Amino acid sequence: MKPEYFRTFVESLDKFGTLYGPVYRNGVLTWDTPESFDDLVFGGEHTMIPIKKLFHPPRFDMFRFDSDGFTPDYSSIEKRVIVGVPPCEIHSLLRLDEVFMEKPVDPYYAKQRENSAIIGYSCLPSENCFCKSTGTDIVEEGFDLFFVDLGEFYLVWVGSSLGHDMVLVHEDYFDDNVTHDDIKKYIAWRKKRDGMFTKSFDFRSMPDLMELSYDSPIWEQFAEKCLSCGQCTMVCPTCNCYNVTDIPDVSDTLSGRRERHWDSCMFVDYSLVAGGHNFRGARADRLKLWYTHKLRAYASEYGKPACVGCGRCVETCPVEINVLTVAEALVTMEVPAR
Amino acid sequence: MMQSEKRENPFLPEPARIVRQYDLIKNHRFFQIRHVDMSRAMSFTYDPGQFLMLSIPGVGEAPFSISSTPSRPGILELGIRRTGKLTDALFRLRDNDTVYIRGPYGNGFKLDQMRNKDILIVAGGLGVIPLRSILYYVLDNRDQFDRLFFLYGARSPEEMLFRTEFFQLKERTDIECLYTVDKGSKDWTEEVGVVTKLFRHLPEIDPEHVNAVVCGPPVMYKFVIQELLKLKIPKNQIQMTLERRMKCGVGKCGHCVLDHLYTCIDGPVFTYWDTLHFRELI
Repeated sequence: MKPEYFRTFVESLDKFGTLYGPVYRNGVLTWDTPESFDDLVFGGEHTMIPIKKLFHPPRFDMFRFDSDGFTPDYSSIEKRVIVGVPPCEIHSLLRLDEVFMEKPVDPYYAKQRENSAIIGYSCLPSENCFCKSTGTDIVEEGFDLFFVDLGEFYLVWVGSSLGHDMVLVHEDYFDDNVTHDDIKKYIAWRKKRDGMFTKSFDFRSMPDLMELSYDSPIWEQFAEKCLSCGQCTMVCPTCNCYNVTDIPDVSDTLSGRRERHWDSCMFVDYSLVAGGHNFRGARADRLKLWYTHKLRAYASEYGKPACVGCGRCVETCPVEINVLTVAEALVTMEVPAR
Repeated sequence: MMQSEKRENPFLPEPARIVRQYDLIKNHRFFQIRHVDMSRAMSFTYDPGQFLMLSIPGVGEAPFSISSTPSRPGILELGIRRTGKLTDALFRLRDNDTVYIRGPYGNGFKLDQMRNKDILIVAGGLGVIPLRSILYYVLDNRDQFDRLFFLYGARSPEEMLFRTEFFQLKERTDIECLYTVDKGSKDWTEEVGVVTKLFRHLPEIDPEHVNAVVCGPPVMYKFVIQELLKLKIPKNQIQMTLERRMKCGVGKCGHCVLDHLYTCIDGPVFTYWDTLHFRELI
């Protein structure tokens, strides 16, 4: 597809649902509805909050309740077309699927998934990206359409029947004749992109190192720096933990809503039970849980790390505790100074 | 409420009524509850060792062990300590008031490996609540199990849960009941001391032929397990049921995670062998 068609094509997608994409809100890039095509930011920087917010919202009502009991609230679910989704974010949704789509299926997440089309868009690594190390730099599934921006033209992968329907709306924009020259350009683009990564880590060596380092002093050293602020979990595209709270209506204590909101395993009350016993009262235990879960536990369950290499924890953590520094410490047995 | 709707939304609590309730000891109350929908109440079944999520709208939801046995259907029994916001609200309810439940959740005790074996139940304090389910299950299916030993330790005679009920069990010949309290009183005729003191009253056992189930406060496990290992009971024949913070019961909310396992779906019953792999278990 020629670049000049891209705008009209994206604009045509609104017949498949409300358009969402990376847009600036209050100076922060986030997933939201654009006012026009010009608001959308393609192929560039990451949003601060990952795409999980559209499927596992930071805060939403699960139920309304009154004296007759609980009624599910699915009012936030709408048909959506999400454009400009980078490979790591597509992978993160596949990881979240493993949790939320496993039986019993979470109906809130499932309905958002079923009603959302994913239009992927290639990107070039920025300073903190290391998706090549986590094997999430390319996608084979999890999208309806995927646009690879090769400058002169877009290479478009069609990933679903819905994606094919979208192509059919402007069939004349697409040329299904892929020439040898096109392939060469694609290979050259990949080579250029692969050479741009400045950060990496050896994921394959992590699961057993995690296991061996269970009692390592590095956890205590990281814990001394950690602020338990939970930002790493909020910006992590695969963090799925949530809390549930009942909020009675102001006017009537018998009615109200049951709300689900993001929780963080970095928070001190994460494993606190009634009676005051806290299974993870120590900061080191909570940090260890997160990294065990990302780098080892998830892998032994699903065969891949829960980390998609987006680099958000690298950007966000105020005290430089992130997948890269932890991985480094696991190898060198020393917490990086910096 | 349609059954299909329930299947579609695993978080949807179902109404149940408090049929009967009474205080076991101070701040510990026994609740009998039943689904409002009678056919649901009669068809509802579960395994010993499973738990429910119980809600009071506007206050919240939390997991509670089922203390009754599925061999006595129609009524669900819970033994609850008043210890937080939700239980405060629960203790204010009266007979015939409505609560909301969903479940059953969790794996339950490994009945398959327990059948035809000697069963050794070791309970400390409130830990007797989930073990009461397996205790009565074994008693109700007595021919499926070999000898039954029930060891229970409480802080004092006044703090022993189900005291009358459990002393009546002592009159049965098909179960050996051994009770102890940390601090006796003048009418207390049983053992005095921690629960591990009861092990010396056990008759000779063939450790391969025994399945032990344990529940108690976190500090108890270490000492009880030492005793069980001294008896040479295989590590995978020692089961324990664990407590964790839970918000969903179905492996989604993350709170009860232990390594790659969730207490709510892979537990709450784990064997001692499991705990050697997953060091956070106990």
